[in-house]
Formats: sequence, C-alpha cells, structure tokens
Amino acid sequence: MTAAPDKLVVEDLSKRFESGDDGGAVVALAGAGLRVAPGEFVSIVGPSGCGKSTLFNIVAGLIRPTAGRVLLDGEEPRELLGRVGYMPQKDLLMPWRSVLDNVTLGLEMSGVGRRQARARAREELGRFGLEGFERRWPGDLSGGMRQRAALLRTFLAGRELMLLDEPFGALDALTRQAMQEWLLEIWQSDRKTILFITHDVEEAVYLSDRVYVMSGRPGSVQLCVEIDLPRPRGFELHGSPQFVALKQRLLTPLHEAARAQLEAQVVS
Amino acid sequence: MTLRGRSAAARVLPPLLFAVAVLALWQLGVRVSGTEESTLPAPTQVFSAGWEIRDLLVDNGWVTIKEILIGYAAAIVLGVGLAVLLASSLLAERALYPWLVVSQMVPIPAIAPILVIWTGFDLRPKVIVIALVSFFPIAVNTLDGIKATEPELLNLLKTLGAGRWRRFRVAQLPSALPFLFSGLKIGAALAVIGAVFAEWVGTDAGLGYLILTLNNQVATSEMFATIAVLALIGIALFGLVLLAERLLMPWHHTNRRESR
Repeated sequence: MTAAPDKLVVEDLSKRFESGDDGGAVVALAGAGLRVAPGEFVSIVGPSGCGKSTLFNIVAGLIRPTAGRVLLDGEEPRELLGRVGYMPQKDLLMPWRSVLDNVTLGLEMSGVGRRQARARAREELGRFGLEGFERRWPGDLSGGMRQRAALLRTFLAGRELMLLDEPFGALDALTRQAMQEWLLEIWQSDRKTILFITHDVEEAVYLSDRVYVMSGRPGSVQLCVEIDLPRPRGFELHGSPQFVALKQRLLTPLHEAARAQLEAQVVS
Repeated sequence: MTLRGRSAAARVLPPLLFAVAVLALWQLGVRVSGTEESTLPAPTQVFSAGWEIRDLLVDNGWVTIKEILIGYAAAIVLGVGLAVLLASSLLAERALYPWLVVSQMVPIPAIAPILVIWTGFDLRPKVIVIALVSFFPIAVNTLDGIKATEPELLNLLKTLGAGRWRRFRVAQLPSALPFLFSGLKIGAALAVIGAVFAEWVGTDAGLGYLILTLNNQVATSEMFATIAVLALIGIALFGLVLLAERLLMPWHHTNRRESR
C-alpha cells in the first residue's frame, strides 16, 4: 500500500446531548473510532439508536463532538461543513425543482454557473438512470429513481468522501438488490471514498471493503471485519460459503445485543 | 388539450349550474309569494336596477377596486415582511408575535373613525384598514410555512456550504409558498370586507358608500346590484390569487392532480 494518509480517521469520538429540562444527558457516542482509506467502501452496521447518525452528523460538520477528533487526509480541518458529501436517509429532493435542478444543487451552491452545472449533470443522467426524466418533478419519480437522483446530487457536489445514510432503507428488497449492484458499478468506475450506514448486514458485506459493527447506546465500535471477497461482485456472491460466514460473524454480536436488550425490557 | 378543456369544464360547470338553480328558485319564490321589491327584489329586478345605475357602479367600483388593490398589496408586503423578520430572529418572534395576535383582537372597523380623523377622507384610511385586516393571515401562514421547512433539507444545504441567505432562498422561501397562498386567499376575502367597512365610516365614494346611500333611499334592488358587484370584485381578486398560485407553483398543481 502507499503511504497516502487515510481519507477519513475518526478518533475516540464522543457525544453527549444535554436534555436540559431534567438536567439529564444522553450519551449517543462513547469513544467511537474508525478509518477509511482513499477509494475504500466502508460500512457501519448497528441497531437503531446506536449513534450511527450522530457519528455521521459529526463527520459532516453538522454537530460538534464532545470529545475526540475527525481527520480528513491526515489533518484536522477547522470546519467540516462543505468538505464532505452527505446523503441523509430521506432523499430530500425539493418538490419545487425539476429533477435536473435538484441534482445540480451542490454545483449551484459552490458557485458553478447554471449552464455549466446543467451540462455536467446531463453527462451523468444516463449512468444514473434518469435520462429523459430531467425535466420532471420529483413527485413523478419512483422510489428507486428518487434515490438515484439524490445520489447523483451527492456525486455532483464533487466531494471525495461521501457519507451515505441508509440510502436504500426505504426500498423494496428487489429494487434494493438492483440498486446495490448499480452503486457498486458507479463506485468501481469513480473510486470515490464511501462511508455507508445500514442496518442490513447482508448489504454491508455485499458492498464493503470493511465493516464496522456499532453496539447499542452509548454507541461505540464493537467489531471491525475486513471483507476480503473478490471484486467485481455479482449477485451470485450471496450464496458463497465465504459470504455466509462473514455475514454470520457480523450478525453474532448484533444478535446477542438485540437478545440482551429484549430480555432487559421483558424483565422490567 | 381536449382533455384539459373537459376537466376545466368539469370544474366550472357545477358551481355555475348551482348558481343558476339558486337564482331560479329565488326568482320563483319572490314571484309566488308576492314579496315587495323593497324587501327582497327578484334577480331580474336586481339585474335591471344594476343596469340602470351602471355608471354609478363603474365609477364607485373603480374607487373601491383601487383601495383594495393598494391595501391588499400593502398587506402582502407587510405580512411577508413580518413573517421573514419573525422567522429570522427568535428574539423578534418572542417580542412581536404576541402583539401580532393582539392586533387582531382590536376590532379594526372600530378604529376606522380614528384613522379618518388622523388621515382625512381620502384613500389613506381605507387602504390602512384593508391592509390591517388582511395582513394577519398572510403573516401567520407565511411564518408557519417558513418554519415547516424540513430541517434535514437545511442540514443538507449546510453541508453543501450554503449560508443563511442561500438556505432561506433555496429552501425556506419555496417551502413557505403553499402556506403563503393559503394566507393570500383568506386575505383576499378579508380585503373586500375591510374596504366596505372603511367606506362606511367616512367617504363620499366607493361601493360601500353607495350601499349606505342606497339603503337610506330604500333602493333595495340597486343595493343588491351593488353587493353583487362587490362580490364579483372579491371573486376576481381570489381568481388572481389562484392564477398566481398556478404560475408560481406549477409542481403543486401537477402533484395534486396526480394524487387524485
């Protein structure tokens, strides 16, 4: 490997939310750490409420950590806002803008002229399966198309590191599988660095170079598994013994945590 | 095109037929019961009386239309301006919002005479009354609309490096548009009522003034004709708002049609 610094390093990140009224506090993150090398596809899996989204919001620069730091290309930037591509769970397409004007949002915000921005977007429409839909309202699109449009908006913003928060969470299983394959193709040809959140272990194994498992509240990284499956990966990979073994390895701690949580609730 | 024409007809025909039915029943009722014209004139009598005083209706109508247009425009500027101010600063909202509500508890027609004392018998007191009655729904709805912007969308814009003004222009303003138009529709109805009230207090022109004068002369048919013209002005203003809504929010229209 080269000596290039990691694209992203998250060191010992903690976040407390003071809830104010009763003086109590919620610890969303307690010493979470991870790293992503340039061009890597890394996923975080964990139960809901494990602080995945808090971690994302910190890396995106939307909230500040209580402790710990975030390094981009080996340096700690003074301001993370505007440095990292960010795609939240909802597609957040603006209903009052055409598909084309939605996907050029990032370019528009960084001061690229309208004409140039649209030309750049038009080049990518085909690859994102939006050809012929650029003048439609987002309300006319299917769920999968909306996600691809949101993803194109994130891609066009041009950041080297992209955070994707359960982008396929709301899609049906078949669309989801197709979207995963498609995302791998896009990633393979562009080699952007992707940090991906999901609660679907199978999705994480299928897509990633490395998977971090986060535990429940307070959130921290419990397990890190390298996914050394060959690329390019196809659908048939799901049935291979290697794939099943990796899936099992990731599921075990998650399953134990879920059992423990359930038992605690049932007893009380 | 034919499909669009047909759907337009489907929207316009039912209310028209309803109006025709009501007018026919009214005409029949008056004829059968033999009610005096000074108590309740038949629609045909109202129409011919209106035709006879058409010059009066046009002259006074123009005065009222002018008041409404200026007053309503002022209400839009005031309402939207206040909403933007209150949305941009929590301090401004805390300090001003209660007084905004209080301003609506004051019976505005009752302060019209004071306005006449302050500003005289010209256009000004009417414009002020119209603006005061119609700015409130515009301000409150627009403020709600700005606040209803998805917080995640604002966060997304932040991560794209958008500053406050850009977030406002790109996300909050368009999010507020449907709410703004709800406020504008209520405001349009109130503007016409405000104009009549203002003219009842002190003036020598306008349809409200004409109604008072005709009432004193027990010219009931002519009075009904004047009321009808006022209603038409209100409908036209409402129609203008609907037209603006279509032009400014084309996505809203298409989405609604598809979801039906």
